[in-house]
Amino acid sequence: MPVFYERKQLVTPGDLLAENDYLAGENTHKENGRIYATRVGLVNYEDKRVFVVALKSFYVPMVEDTVIGKVVEVTLGGWVVDIRAPYLAMLRASDALERPFKPQKDDLPSLFDAGDMLIAKIVAYDRTRDPLLTVLERGLGKITRGQIIEITPTKIPRVIGKQGSMISMLKQETGCQITIGQNGRILISGKSPEDERLAVMAIRKIEQEAHTTGLTDRVTEMLKKEKGEKEVVKNVTEET
Amino acid sequence: MSSLMASRVRQKRVAQLVSRGKRLDGRGLTDYREVQVEAGLIERAEGSARVRLGKTEVLVGVKFEMGEPFPDTPNEGVLTVNAELVPLASPTFEPGPPDENSIELARVVDRGIRESKAIAVEELCIEPGEKVFVVFVDVYVLNHDGNLIDASCLAALAALLNTKMFNYEVKEGEVKIKPGYKPLPIRNYPVAVTFAKINDKLVVDPWLEEEQVMDARLTMTVEKEGKICAIQKGGYGYFTAEQVFEASKIAREKAEEQRKLVVKE
Amino acid sequence: MSQKKPEKLIDENDVRLDGRKLNEMRPIKIEVGVLGNADGSAYIEQGKNKILAAVYGPKEVHPKHLALPDRAVLRCRYHMAPFSVEERKSPAPSRRELELSKVIRECLEPSIFTEYYPRTSIDLFIEVLQADGGTRCAGITVASVALADAGIPMRDLVNACAAGKVEGRLVLDLTDVEDKGGEADMPLAYMPSANAITLLQMDGMLTGEEFEQVVNLALDGCKQIGQIQKEALRSKYVVAKEAETEKEEAEAGEK
Repeated sequence: MPVFYERKQLVTPGDLLAENDYLAGENTHKENGRIYATRVGLVNYEDKRVFVVALKSFYVPMVEDTVIGKVVEVTLGGWVVDIRAPYLAMLRASDALERPFKPQKDDLPSLFDAGDMLIAKIVAYDRTRDPLLTVLERGLGKITRGQIIEITPTKIPRVIGKQGSMISMLKQETGCQITIGQNGRILISGKSPEDERLAVMAIRKIEQEAHTTGLTDRVTEMLKKEKGEKEVVKNVTEET
Repeated sequence: MSSLMASRVRQKRVAQLVSRGKRLDGRGLTDYREVQVEAGLIERAEGSARVRLGKTEVLVGVKFEMGEPFPDTPNEGVLTVNAELVPLASPTFEPGPPDENSIELARVVDRGIRESKAIAVEELCIEPGEKVFVVFVDVYVLNHDGNLIDASCLAALAALLNTKMFNYEVKEGEVKIKPGYKPLPIRNYPVAVTFAKINDKLVVDPWLEEEQVMDARLTMTVEKEGKICAIQKGGYGYFTAEQVFEASKIAREKAEEQRKLVVKE
Repeated sequence: MSQKKPEKLIDENDVRLDGRKLNEMRPIKIEVGVLGNADGSAYIEQGKNKILAAVYGPKEVHPKHLALPDRAVLRCRYHMAPFSVEERKSPAPSRRELELSKVIRECLEPSIFTEYYPRTSIDLFIEVLQADGGTRCAGITVASVALADAGIPMRDLVNACAAGKVEGRLVLDLTDVEDKGGEADMPLAYMPSANAITLLQMDGMLTGEEFEQVVNLALDGCKQIGQIQKEALRSKYVVAKEAETEKEEAEAGEK
C-alpha cells in the first residue's frame, strides 16, 4: 500500500497521494483505487487515512455549527444573512422571536437591520436549500460590542486547540470574551481596546503558524511579553 | 408542447446500447444517417442548398456583395459565415442575437471552408486593395435532431458548389454587370465528421438523444486529399489521445464517403 | 500601423525568429493570488502574453433561474483588452471571444467538483492584457491556477499548450506571427491524472501522421506547463513560510 508523499509536504490538486488500502479523508478524492488531492495544502497520513489540510478553503455550512453572520436584507418573514459561505443563510422571524410572529405589530428591522452582525446557530441545511439559522438559544443574538475578525475557516480548529486549550489560554491571557464562528469569523470583546488588540494579534499569529508545533506555548509567550512591555511603558509614561 | 429531452430511462437505454456497439436506430457506431441534398432551391440567392441528415435539416444560402478587402490580404475576396439556430427548429432555440452555440457552429463551418482554401479567393478580386467580392454564407438551421455541424458543413459545401457569380467588367472604376454567369471557383471540398463519446465509445453522427447523453463531442473537418483542416472539441467531457487518433482515422474514411454525396465527379 | 511581415519565420538551422528551437516553449512566469477582491487569482506571462485570471465563488447565482439543482454552474468570460493587440480592438465581445469563452469553460469544467456546490455559480474571468498568440492556452493555464488559489476542490490542474506546423516544421507554442504565417495551429488542454484532453481545436492543414506528431508535441508541452503551475502554487506557500521563519529567527535573535 504505497504512499507517495511525506507528512506535511505541500501538494496541489491532482497529486497522487496514495493507492488502494487507504481511506480518502478531507480534501482528497478516491478514483479507481487511487487517492488524489483536491486542494492545495499539506498532506498527512493518520492510521489508514490520508487527508490534506487545505491552505485555503471556504466554509461549508453544517447543522449545529455556531456562526457569525451579517444581515444583508430584511424580508417579509425574516432576514437574509451572509455567513461567508457559498450560500446565503435565512433567519426566519419564528427563529428570532420568542413569541409568534405578528407581521402587523412586529417591526423586523427594529430587531435586526441590514448591516447588523449576529451570532447564530445553523438548524437546517441540505443540498436542496439554503441554510436556516436560529438565534433563540443562549449566547446567540445581535452583536453590540467588540470587534470581529475574519480568518480562513480551516484554521478555526487551531484557534480552539486540543480540548479548547488554545482558546482558554487566549481568554485567560487577554481577559477578553472570545466567541468563535465556525465560518471563520471571531468576535472579541474585551475590557479595553488594548486587550482586544492583544487577542487579535494572537489569533493572527495562530493563523500564520497553524501548521507548526508548540504553537500554544509560543503564543502564550508572545502575549506575556506584549503585556510585560506594556507594563513597562505604562510605568515610564507615569513617571515622566 | 412536450419537451424534446429524452426521459432518464431512455437516455440510459441509448447509452447502454452504445456500450454494446449498437444504436437505437439500428445504425453501426460509425454509420451516418440517410442524407438528402437539394441544391438551388432559393433562386434569389446566388447559391443555396438544403441538407437533410436524418431529421436534422439545414438550409444554406450564399449571397455576394462588393466590399473592401482586409488590409493584410488586399487581393483576396472575403468570406463571412453566419449561422442561425432558427427558433422554429427546436423548442430549445430562443429568438434573439446569436448565442455561443450558433457562433461556434458558424466558426467551425467557416474554419473548414477557409483553411481548406475551398473558395479561390484570389479570383474574387475586383480592384486590388480597393474592391473585392464578399461571400456571405448563411447557415439556417430548420430542424434540430442532432449533429448540426456536419449537416451545416455539407449544406454549405453544396451551396457553394451551386453558387453562380455574375460576369462583370471594371470600366472607369465602376463595376459593370455583363450578361451571363460563371460558377464560383471552388478548389477543395471540406467535409466535417462529428463524433460523440458515449460510455467511452465513439459514435459518428450523433442524433439528438445521443447528444443528450454524450460526454463530449469531437469534430474533424477533412479536405479532399485527406488532410485535416479543422478540429473542434465541444461539450463538458474529454477524450484520451488514443481516442483522438482513432477519430482522425475514422474521420478521413467517412469524409470521403460523405463527400461523394455532394461532389459529383 | 501594421508591422512588416518577416521574410522567414524559421531559418536553415531550425531556429525560430525569437531564437527558440522547434520544440521549445516561451519563458513562463506565473504569480498566484495577485488580486485582493477575487476569491482566487493568478497572473501569467508567457513570452509576450500577459494574462490575468480571477475567480469568484462558489456563490449564489444571479439571475436565479440559471442555477442548476445538482451542481455549480461555471461561467467563463475570456476577454481581450482593447490595447492588447497591435490594432486597437473594440471592447465589445467579439465572436471569437464568445467562442473561446465557451470552449474554455468546457475545458475547465471537467476539472472542478461542481457537484459539491449545487445551486451556486463559479465565475471565472480571463483578461488578456497583451496578446502574442496562444492566448487561449495561456488563459486556461492561468485560470486553472486561479481556481486552485480560490480553494475550489478540483480533480486536477488543467495544462494547456499549442503546437503546430510552421514553414514545414512541427513546432511548439506558436507566437502570433507564427500562427498567422504558418500552416497549422493546434491548441490543446490536458488533465494528466485522467489522461484527458479537454480542449482540442485546430485550424490549418495537417496530414494524419503530422496530426499525431503535433498532438504528442503539445502533450509534452503540457507536461512542462503542469510543473510550472505546481511550482507557482507551491511558491505562494513557501514565501509565507519563509516570512514566518524569518520572523521567528528575528525574535529568537532578540532574546
